[in-house]
Amino acid sequence: MTTPQQPPAPPQNAPQTPPHAAPAGPAPVAPPHPGAQPAAGHPGQAQGYWPGQAPAGGPAGYVSPIPIRRATLLDAVASEWTKIRSVRSTMWTLGIMVLLVLGIGFLAATLVAGQDGDTGNSSPLALGFFGVLLGIICVVTLGVLTISSEYGTGMIRTTLTACPDRGRVLAAKSLVFFLLTFVITLVSTGMIAMVDSTLLNGMTSYSPDADAWLRATVGVSLYVATLGLLGLAVGALLRHSAGAITVMLGVVLLPMVLSLFMMGDALSDVRKALIEYSIPMQLSAFYATEADHMTGPTGWTPLWIMLGVAAVALAGAYASMTKRDA
Amino acid sequence: MIELEGLTKHYGDVRAVDHLTFTVRPGIITGFLGPNGAGKSTTMRMMLDLDHPTSGTVRIDGRHYRELHDPLRTVGALLDAKAMHGGRSAYHHLLCLAQSNGIPAGRVREALDTVGLSSVARKRTKGFSLGMGQRLGIAGALLGDPQILMFDEPVNGLDPEGIHWIRNLMKGLAAQGRTVFVSSHLMSEMALTADHLVVIGQGRLLADTSMADFIAENSRSFVRMRSPDHERLREVLRGAGIDFAPGAEGALEVAGEDAAHLGELAARHQLVLHELSPQSASLEEAFMRLTAGSVEYHAHENHRPAAAAPAPAADGQWGAGWRKKGS
Ligand SMILES: Nc1ncnc2c1ncn2[C@@H]1O[C@H](COP(=O)(O)OP(=O)(O)O)[C@@H](O)[C@H]1O
Ligand SMILES: [Mg+2]
Repeated sequence: MTTPQQPPAPPQNAPQTPPHAAPAGPAPVAPPHPGAQPAAGHPGQAQGYWPGQAPAGGPAGYVSPIPIRRATLLDAVASEWTKIRSVRSTMWTLGIMVLLVLGIGFLAATLVAGQDGDTGNSSPLALGFFGVLLGIICVVTLGVLTISSEYGTGMIRTTLTACPDRGRVLAAKSLVFFLLTFVITLVSTGMIAMVDSTLLNGMTSYSPDADAWLRATVGVSLYVATLGLLGLAVGALLRHSAGAITVMLGVVLLPMVLSLFMMGDALSDVRKALIEYSIPMQLSAFYATEADHMTGPTGWTPLWIMLGVAAVALAGAYASMTKRDA
Repeated sequence: MIELEGLTKHYGDVRAVDHLTFTVRPGIITGFLGPNGAGKSTTMRMMLDLDHPTSGTVRIDGRHYRELHDPLRTVGALLDAKAMHGGRSAYHHLLCLAQSNGIPAGRVREALDTVGLSSVARKRTKGFSLGMGQRLGIAGALLGDPQILMFDEPVNGLDPEGIHWIRNLMKGLAAQGRTVFVSSHLMSEMALTADHLVVIGQGRLLADTSMADFIAENSRSFVRMRSPDHERLREVLRGAGIDFAPGAEGALEVAGEDAAHLGELAARHQLVLHELSPQSASLEEAFMRLTAGSVEYHAHENHRPAAAAPAPAADGQWGAGWRKKGS
């Protein structure tokens, strides 16, 4: 691009001093010009840019030839689906998550199988745990980015101009993110569960029942996707990618780390609660068997806890989006 | 039709927008003029329900923006050229906007053609120049073929060809009967495009007038005369029934007479003149006088003689601003 010249504006030429007759202060507000000359000043300027034409008779308004139908939540969902699949961070975070779940799950199983000792009565499905634990970080990152990147880039203003209903925007984002991560996590946890149980076939006395399978696949996937929703809510609250990701890492890791410093009898209850309700521990509950003697939340309880936490955070995010300027 | 009533926005102690009341009518281009920091962008954000007014209301065809079912079908807005995710392609950026308002996906191609970005449709917007970002923002505004269009400083970052293009685009849109509301901090730009002018300074309404009236009132020309025999010059002028006013450094300023006539008059009276120069005040000066006292960011250098109007570092600011924004 080159330097544009000053456009030749007819009524203004090299001024030296202002005219003496001009009022010094701000000019009084002139009354609105009665029926200003619409379009008259631009003969022949109306170029063929657009399908619609002005109705004969001047500025009575413009009517678009494109049919109008009322936008719904489904339109917002379609829009969010386009958004999430058209940025690279989605592919990267979910791709790495899948690699972690499959890679670490497979590695753990081959190591255990290679020992050719008796693995006792632990569940072969539990070998999927470590991969998912690391994969959580990717899912949480994607959850945060789904909304914080819009605040970071200014896209949120475009989004809210197109859909001023904050609730609909948040619902559509949550729905699309939740379903996408749930499906991807389900496929990878399902695959690794089958691989691990095949590799360890006959090496363990424990044979997982239908509920154990369901918890290790559907349960884990629901839990991980809900945790991602918590990340999305935190992203909407903080509006800052790095800040929100850091907070979420703190939520995942800090209770465990803190418990290491809680020595002494007085704090033993706190330490116990910190460990039992920490996210890694709750995740492990989905893989636990009777023999593991879990003391914290067991069965499907961690999912209900996480759903409750995410719901509260999303309500907060909605309130924040409604109250604060975009 | 956009109606603002008592629109006010405070950011802490800053009164960004202060009781603005005006109407933007269809079929014409309404220019929204004010120095940097005057509150133009803030006003536009409130029109789109992005920022909440401290008090006052904005009605779009009688309704609040929030009540529009398909906002992009009613209002198209270009706020910030970079209000997009850099990792997304131009095509997908527009596609997600179209989908959110139930606009047929075919419109995306049309809008890209209109702004001349078809060849980079699949490129990620991160690599776009400011001008390309501006064009993509305009494509987003045109996507829903809306009745109302709002552009916040659209010529920023455009090259001369692009500036010419956007002017014609806006004129074409207004000629179709649409409401076009465009902001700028450049009087020269407004003089070329706007039919109606709304001027604000420090958030307050300073003028709401047709462009024609503004030009008629503010682009008055005069002749500056200077003579070593100051008193006799005054007598001669008085004798000929010509009104004058004292100018800078002992000069006299005469409006409504042409320089040739005044020169002949002086010759007839054998009066020595040291200066006889026709002057015309520019619209930019009129604008600066209007907004003097309400300019947010003063430049530090003072290019003007002390006797001149208290307009802030005018020459440097205006010329430089134009060139900087356009390059
Ligand atoms: N989000 C914000 N927080 C605080 N102050 C703001 C914010 N946005 C704008 N302002 C202030 O409001 C005033 C008007 O700004 P703006 O609307 O951007 O002016 P313009 O677009 O006319 O240049 C400025 O003083 C600016 O500093
Ligand atoms: Mg601005």
